[in-house]
This record gives sequence, structure tokens and C-alpha cells, in this order.
Amino acid sequence: MALADMDDMQGVTFRLNGQAVRVDGPPAERLSYALRERAGAKDVKVGCDAGDCGACTVLIDGNPVCACTTALGQVEGAAVETQAGLAKDDEIGKALADSFQRHQAAQCGICTPGMMVSAVGLLRQQDAPSEEAVMDALGGVLCRCTGYRKIIDAVMDVGARAETPVGGVGVPMARIDGLPKVSGTERFGDDVAPEDALTLRVVRSPYHHATFELGDLDAYKAATGLDLVLTAKDVPGTNCFGVIPGFEDQPMFAEGETLFKGEAVAAIVGPADLVNGLELADFPVTFEPLPHALLPKEAAGIADLHQGRAQNVMCRGFVKRGEAEAAMTEAAVIAEGSFSTGFIEHGYIEPEAAFAQRVGDRIEVHCCTQAPVMNKEGLAVLLGLPKDAIRIVPTAVGGGFGSKLDLTTQPYVALAAWLLDRPVRITYSRTESISTSTKRHPSEITMRIGADADGNIVAAEFDGTFNTGAYASWGPTVANRVPIHASGPYKTPNYVARSAGIHTNTAPSGAFRGFGVPQSALAQEPLYDDLANALDIDRLEFRRRNALRNGDPTVTGQVFENGMGIADCFDILEDHWKRAVADAEAFNSKGGRIRRGVGIAGGWYGCGNTSMSNPSTIRAGVAADGRVVLHQGATDIGQGSNTVITQIFATALGVPVTTIELIGPDTDLTPDAGKTSASRQTFITGNAARLCGEALRARILRLANVSDAAELEFGAGEIRIADATGEHRIALSSLAADGEAYVLEAVESYDPPTLPLDENGQGSPYAVFGTTAQMAELEVDLALGTVKLLKITAAHDVGKAINPLLVEGQVQGGVAQGIGLALMEEFLPGRTENLHDYLIPTIGDVPPIETLILETGDEHGPYGAKGLGEHCLIPTAPAILNAIKDACGARVSHLPATPDKVLAAIRAGRDA
Amino acid sequence: MQFHRPETLEAALHLMAGQPVRILAGGTDFFPALGGRTATDPVIDLSRIKGLNGISKSGGVWRFGATTTWSEIRDANLPAQFLALQQAAREVGSIQIQNAGTIAGNLCNASPAADGVPPLLALDAEVEIAGPAGTRVLPLDQFITGVRRTALQPGEMVTAVLVPDWPACHSAFLKLGARRYLVISIAMVAAVVECANDGTFTYVAVSVGSCSAVAQRLTAVEQTLNGARAEPDAIRACLEKADLSPLTPIDDVRASADYRLAAARELIARAVLMAAEEGN
Repeated sequence: MALADMDDMQGVTFRLNGQAVRVDGPPAERLSYALRERAGAKDVKVGCDAGDCGACTVLIDGNPVCACTTALGQVEGAAVETQAGLAKDDEIGKALADSFQRHQAAQCGICTPGMMVSAVGLLRQQDAPSEEAVMDALGGVLCRCTGYRKIIDAVMDVGARAETPVGGVGVPMARIDGLPKVSGTERFGDDVAPEDALTLRVVRSPYHHATFELGDLDAYKAATGLDLVLTAKDVPGTNCFGVIPGFEDQPMFAEGETLFKGEAVAAIVGPADLVNGLELADFPVTFEPLPHALLPKEAAGIADLHQGRAQNVMCRGFVKRGEAEAAMTEAAVIAEGSFSTGFIEHGYIEPEAAFAQRVGDRIEVHCCTQAPVMNKEGLAVLLGLPKDAIRIVPTAVGGGFGSKLDLTTQPYVALAAWLLDRPVRITYSRTESISTSTKRHPSEITMRIGADADGNIVAAEFDGTFNTGAYASWGPTVANRVPIHASGPYKTPNYVARSAGIHTNTAPSGAFRGFGVPQSALAQEPLYDDLANALDIDRLEFRRRNALRNGDPTVTGQVFENGMGIADCFDILEDHWKRAVADAEAFNSKGGRIRRGVGIAGGWYGCGNTSMSNPSTIRAGVAADGRVVLHQGATDIGQGSNTVITQIFATALGVPVTTIELIGPDTDLTPDAGKTSASRQTFITGNAARLCGEALRARILRLANVSDAAELEFGAGEIRIADATGEHRIALSSLAADGEAYVLEAVESYDPPTLPLDENGQGSPYAVFGTTAQMAELEVDLALGTVKLLKITAAHDVGKAINPLLVEGQVQGGVAQGIGLALMEEFLPGRTENLHDYLIPTIGDVPPIETLILETGDEHGPYGAKGLGEHCLIPTAPAILNAIKDACGARVSHLPATPDKVLAAIRAGRDA
Repeated sequence: MQFHRPETLEAALHLMAGQPVRILAGGTDFFPALGGRTATDPVIDLSRIKGLNGISKSGGVWRFGATTTWSEIRDANLPAQFLALQQAAREVGSIQIQNAGTIAGNLCNASPAADGVPPLLALDAEVEIAGPAGTRVLPLDQFITGVRRTALQPGEMVTAVLVPDWPACHSAFLKLGARRYLVISIAMVAAVVECANDGTFTYVAVSVGSCSAVAQRLTAVEQTLNGARAEPDAIRACLEKADLSPLTPIDDVRASADYRLAAARELIARAVLMAAEEGN
């Protein structure tokens, strides 16, 4: 009997969420792909195709498994359940969706299907699982946003029936856009392409640095049957993109030379089954490797990667105040050290994805992005089209953290769809995502800080070299921002900080939550511990003594008369600190191989662009039928801007949040709210929303000729206005059209007041700084060098918490990323290009996190609110490193503090 | 492409005869090895062959069917000698991986960091292999021959893992990684011990994974510990200078070679002690 005669399956039948289905596809195909692309189950998410992330978890006959490591043919006759089915029809699933929403267990929502499906699997076995059981059950699903703690809370609280508050500024309401995320109907970058879309894949260089020649592309296209092959010569506009004016240096397709491993040289387009079946190694291109530099110290030894950037120095940053060198000679104690960090990968669970379609003389790109308007402007240059010919429609974003600001997938599908006049889609593989997207800059820092005998800082000197990779991306921002922040939130009268961004043959370093500030805090905060210990001053007290207060100049000479809340952060931590220090002493007095330690660190971050205009605009209207529509263009990447901006607008207008209908973001429908980065959306777009709400309210009050005390109610074609004089009604049909869609419309912008920096970096770079102090408690195993975190206590001055629930979510997620930075994460080009070699924290790696919210107000922020996104992770890693040193005397200065490095540091200390 | 789901071992062996095929069971190594592609070679899915699944004991030998999953091993009611194997099962990837991944797949994938190998080595496990020439049995240390290499010949497949019944033994397993779940180990240790009434070891088996191309039994360590008192200080004294020369760790992204050796020594002491305490 021939092999082909037996058992070759022709169509696979099984039950999908209770319904009998037959799926026609190759039976050896991944079940995840078949469910999504052939059975329409887009709630099954794909994050890695290797069983490393768990986003594709489904129940097969009740057991959670990864659909990406299951063959379609293996579920013949089985019962398959997914998040959407469970949230709709399963009693546990419904209760869990409710609990996830109540606890804000979903931020971006990309891991939520895997989390919820895994949790249902557990809850069917145990109705009241322990925390440990929840961790074991969910340990196979990675989340990069939440820090996991609210997911644990949601699973353990599944039976409860609690009311969820809804309201404006200050109300901890569940996220407005949360329901689709917990019910499996949210649509991310890879979920929106029409069925007839062609698939595009990018051909990339396998070498760190190489020249290349293309072969016979026409013959290849004919032989393979592809619809299109694209290379640099097909780029109709300028083959160059970037994010900082003057630093647009990255080609969409390389032209004869590739500068990093993974750089694009071509793209192929065709039907999915054809394109996915091709071996990209067979593409007709020949590479010739060139000498390469992966580290800044090697960069001067290779030819300049970019004209005009001699010795591969991209740019430098500088801030000088007072006379640091002279003042240092007066210091009673000086602490100094060298510190380094590696590339950090953003590790969002949603790989970059997009689809594009041509609509007449315009091109529409649907994609996961943090910066739709910047994407539009970049595409206009690449495609040689007017900006108005481009529409960016952001999908839900499955995590961003800075890397989804830059163009990635969008140019390829836009160009292909433009040329073919057919929809074209792309989704990066995990390896493609990790190896080509931007990274956190590796840092090499030397720092020296001096203090007087009373514990007052007298001077600090900082030198930082940042590996900016092959292209500029946000490198100039890092180089500029670091010297402004490297003092930490402390009075530093004499200060000099130099930074340099150096090109190497690696993926570009770009924006990642903190823009270089987390790296500089990893030098400054450990040295503060050294100074405190040398002076025998309590480490918290030492920091509080030097904390910037209202009226103190920063290192750029900027003075804040209110809202400098760092001292308050230390104050509120003090009782926790004393308790933790006593606990550790009591524990350590017993001896043994496990030692406990406590660490503390402060942090600050200036919200918005550095000394540059970065306005946001918000538009809102009242329709003739009484609907109030908010055009909100700030992309919500999980942090919660859809909710926060709506809460602010509703409060300013004076109506319940439930009155507001939300539109956007969509570059055709929403004005420019800037990019989601630099902790700017709550502060800047929030201010635009406040102004817009106030303006709309003022117009209505004028129409009714009533005072500001009036209460508004919208509906059924009218506005009802009640004040002390009685009720007034405005019949909306009686009003003339105001703009295209509304009878009343308001558009307002806000741009934070900043001043340029002079040649010594003196000036007012930000309108507001947010501040934070965090405390880490942990145990170190002296024989193995392993670190077990016990608790993180995080104090944050947010000015005013627009939504305290979302504040906690940001803090916990930032802390989790700080844990990864401290203990496990490092991207090595060509080596850690998947999620089992590049490690991010799992649910078992994040300890309980207590968030202490301080509200000291702010001169400029909406209702006193400051930004928060970046601040959360800045003190985490230094607090952990300080706690490790407190526990065992070992200073780990070169991250990550993996067990081998911790043990080596323990032994070095012992032998010294 | 062809995708076969035979229901008997004979049918599977017949399909494998004379043709290159890909064997699929849990899929947890099968799919990652493919990258983003779909297999184009004929695929034989073993998961419907009932005779390949399950745990049984007969004639002093425990038999773990090839497609027995890690969850099944983790949750089975097994005697103390298998605690190390069950602890390892709990550490395989995640619940998702444990629900799909199989004991034979873990051996056939032949990763230096395969979680199942150290406990099975310490239990003197053997591998039952079926092929065109009939059935043969190999000791586990002869089955895995190198990184991603096994003694399987064309047309052969693993049908079971066989473990001798040691009712007086206790065991323990320790895995060291840089995070809690879903982690490839830096080092791991399995220990199987038997203690006399006087508190001394009468039998010690120790194996270490992730510290050499193939996990290793450490016979010199075992000999040193044999007869020693099953107490922390005595165990540590034995290990202080114990010969770990079968271990040849490398520097990689997870840890340095030096660290692996130091960690292995410490983990051996802890695992042996844990196993001894299980017996108390």
C-alpha cells in the first residue's frame, strides 16, 4: 500500500466553541493559523509560533494547549474552545470576563485570550484556586503590559459581584475600550485584513554588515508565480525615513549595502499559501560580508556608516551647571563607578502587522501604531504622495512601549497595495520583530558624585555612551534627554553630563519607555547608596535630604514653584522602609544561605518632547440628534488614553462619561494628538481635551444664556440645561450646521510651554516633571546567586490621578519591565531573537506591588495631572540592584543581574 | 502533503518504512523547528495510537508509553522513586507544553536542557524502540548520542520508556533558570537515593542536565555519597571536592561555564538532601 493511499485527511471536522465546523486546510498546518485564517477565530492570537508566549492558548477537550504547536489535523473530532466562545457562552468565562474588566486585568489585550482561556481551564478544576495555582496555570502566557498582578486578582476574584464605578476625573472606572478585549472581539494589527488580501514578506540580510547584489528578479517572479517583487528601485519617493528632523537616514529597502542583520533588501507579494511556502533563502540575492562593529568601542574602527557622522558618532548631548570639577575637590566623600546595560527588546506580544489598500488616488494603511500622524508623514515621503493622500487607521495595539512609533511594516504594504491596486497584508514573525525593530539603547556609563559631610550633594559628573545602532531613530532624543535627567530628582548645584550616541551594525536603538533615563538612574542611584553608606546616613534619608523641592533649580536651571513631589514620595515610603529594613535584619539574624535585602531609588521624567513644540488637538461635536462625539486621536496602546481622555473631556463638558461617543484614532477623522510616547498623552492631549470640553460647554452656556453652574443633559435632538433659573432646552435642529457633521463643534489644541536649552544645556526643557520613588525587598541565595523578589512598593506623584485604577496598571506594568531590565533581559543580535532565549518576566517573577499614589497637583496639567508611563520603570531596576547589594554586599554594575553575575559579584566581594 | 493518523503501531511503522516522514506527537518541538512554515514532508501523528499512551507496571518494570504527556506524568499516582520525574514534569515549559509534550518527544528532541532526561537517567531508564527489524531496548545514556542526536535509525520510533521498580528509593529534582516559568535551564539536577535505617545512604544516583552536550550521571559523586550520612553537613563535605569531570559546560546566553559548575555542585547537594528528606 502506498503512503498516499492511507489516511490523508481532506478537511478536518471538529467542534469550535460548541459549533460543528469543517476546516479545509493542510492538516499539518498550525491550528492557530487555521483557526484564524480559515475558521475566522481571530480571537486566537499569535505571538511567537513556538509555544513561548501562550497567546494562542485554546482548550482542546478541556485542556489548555498552544494552538501554534498543534496541527489542525490533530483536532479532528475534538472540542476546541477559544476566548470568544468562552466569554459568550461559558458561565465561568462570562464571570471571568467581568472580573478581568473590573480589575483592569487587560491593558492592551493581546495576551488576554491566552490568559482567560488558561484561567477557565484552571477554574473548571478548582473554583477557588490559590495564588500559586493561578500562577502555575497562567505561567505559560506572557504579558508585557500589566505586571500580572491584576490578572491574578481577577482570576481569584472571579466569583465576586462588585459594582464598577463609572465617572469623570478621579474615578477608578474600568477602561472604556475594555469589553472587546475581554470578550474576544478586539481587532489588532493582524486581525483586520480583508480575505482577498495578498501577503507580503520581507527579504532580509543575514549579515551584520554586507554589500549585496540582486539577481534576476523577473525570472524569480515568473518561476514562483508571485504577484510582485519590490526592491529599492521601486520606491517612488525618497527611500529614506526617520523620526527626528535632520536624522531621517533609514532606507525602506537597502541600496547595495545593508548595515545590520535583518535589514530589508526586497519584498515578495502573492497569495498567502504561495508566499508563506517560499524559502526566503532562495531569493536571488548575493551578499558579501563587510567588517562590522557591534559595540561602540569598535565603531571607530570601521568606515563611517553615515556621511557626515565621523567616527560613527551620531550626536552628543551636554548639560553643565556650576563647576563640577572644582566642587568635587571640596567633597567630603566621592562615589564613582562604571555601569552598563544591554539592548532591551520591547517584547510586546503582538508582532508588527498591517494591511493597506488603495482607494482611488489615496492609500489606506491599517496598522498597530503609536504615531499615526508621523506614520502618515513618513509614508508621504517614501511613496512620493501628498500627505492628504494617506490615511492611517490604527488598529488596537498589542503593546508598544516606544517601538511602534517608528515605521516598520507600513511602507511595504502601502507600496505594494499602491502598485497592485489590491489589498496587501503583512505580519512580522517573532524573530523578524525582535531582530529588526528598535531597542532600548545599550549604555556604558561612568559617573562620579560628591557629597559634603552633612550628606548634601555638591557635584556630579556623568559620561554616557549609548549604542544607537545602524540608524538614528530616536537616538538623538536619548542623547539629549539623558544629560537633563542623569542627576536624578536631586539638588545638584555643580554638574556636568556628556552623552554620545554611537552608530554600530545592529538594529536601530530607539524609543523605549524612559528614553535613556532608566539607564542613567542605574548609575546615579547605586552611587547614592554608596554615599549614604559612606556617611552612615540612612539611604532614604540621604535621598530626601537632597530631593528637589519647589523653588529649587534643576540641573538645567529650571525652577518649579509647585508640583515637585519627589520629597513627598520618600515621605510616604518612610514607614514601609522602616518596616522592611527591620524585617530584613530580623530575617538575616538567623543566618543561612538566604539573605534578605531592601533597596530604594528615586526617579523623574520630563513629560513631552525636550524643548520642542509637541501640540495635541482634540475635536468634539454635538450632532443634531443630540449625540456628543469626541474625536480622540491619541493611540491607546494599552495605557488607557481612550478612557483617560474621555474622562477629562466629560468632566470639562460637565456630563457623564457615558454620554460621550468616542471616534478614532483615524487620521481622516481625528485631529493630530501627537504620538503616544514621552508620557505626554494624559498631560498634553488631556489638556487639549479639557480645553475642548470647556470650549464646547462655554458655547452651550452662552446659547442658553446661563451661568457656569448649569447642568447639561444631551439627547433626543436637544440639550437640556438646568440651573437655578429653571430648565432651558436648545432644540438642536434649530441650529445651523457647524462644520460637516455637527451643529456645535469645538476644536482645541494644547502645546506645553518649554524653552530651548543654551549651549550649556540651561533652559526649561519640559513644562512638567513627574517623580517617583520605589522600594524593593528581596532575597539572594548566596550559593546560587539567584534573586527572589518579595515586594515592590512604588510611590508616584501623578499630580492628579485621572483614573487611579489605570495609574495602578501603569505602575505595575512599568515595575515588571524594570524587573526584566534588572534581572534577565538582554538582546544579543543574532542570538536572542525569540521569546525563549530573550526572557521577559513571567507571572511567577513579579511579586506583590503596592502602589502609593500622591497627588501634589501641577501648574499646567489637566486638573493637575502629570504623565506617568515612563516614570514607573525608572526606579525599579536600581532599587532591585541596591537591594541585592544590601542583602549580600554584591554590586552588579553590568546588567542583567543573572544568577551567574550575582554569584560572581558575591565571590568578588568575598575575595576582595 | 500527507497527514496520517494511524491507530496502531503496526500501521505507523508501515507508513514509516522506506520513506522520509516527520513524526508528530505533542508538537511542542515539531512546530518551533519549522519556523513559520508548514511541513511539506508526509507527517505521521502518533497521538491516536492508544497503545503508545499511559503508565503501567509489569514484572518489576514501569512502562511510560511514548506519547504519555508531562501532565499525565505530573498528575499520576506514582511511588516515591518518581517524585523527581514528576517535579521535572511540573517544570517542563508551561501547563500548555505539559498538556501536549510527551516523554518520548523530550528524549528524541535530544536537547542538552531536556527537563525529562536527568530524572530518567538517575532512574536507569531504558528506551524501547520499534522498527522494521523488530523491537530493541537501549539504556537512555546510549539512546541520546549528542546535541539533537539519537540512536534512532531510519524507520524506527520510540514506543516506551522503561524504568525499573525501586520501591525503597526516593528522589528529587531541581531546575535553575533565570525566570520562574517557560525557562530553559541553566543547570538541573536529579537525585535518587535509598537510605538505611542507620541514616546512611545505601544507594545514590545523581544526574545533571544543561552542563554538557547530553545530561550526565555522575558516578564518582554517587560513589562518594554512598555510605555517607544523609545529613546536610555530611552531604556537603562529600561534595566539596567531588569529581564533576563528566560535566563540560559552555558559556552561553544563560550563564557562564564556571557558574554552571558551581551551581551544579550546590544543586547536587540540595537535591540529594531533598531526596533523603523525602524518605524521612
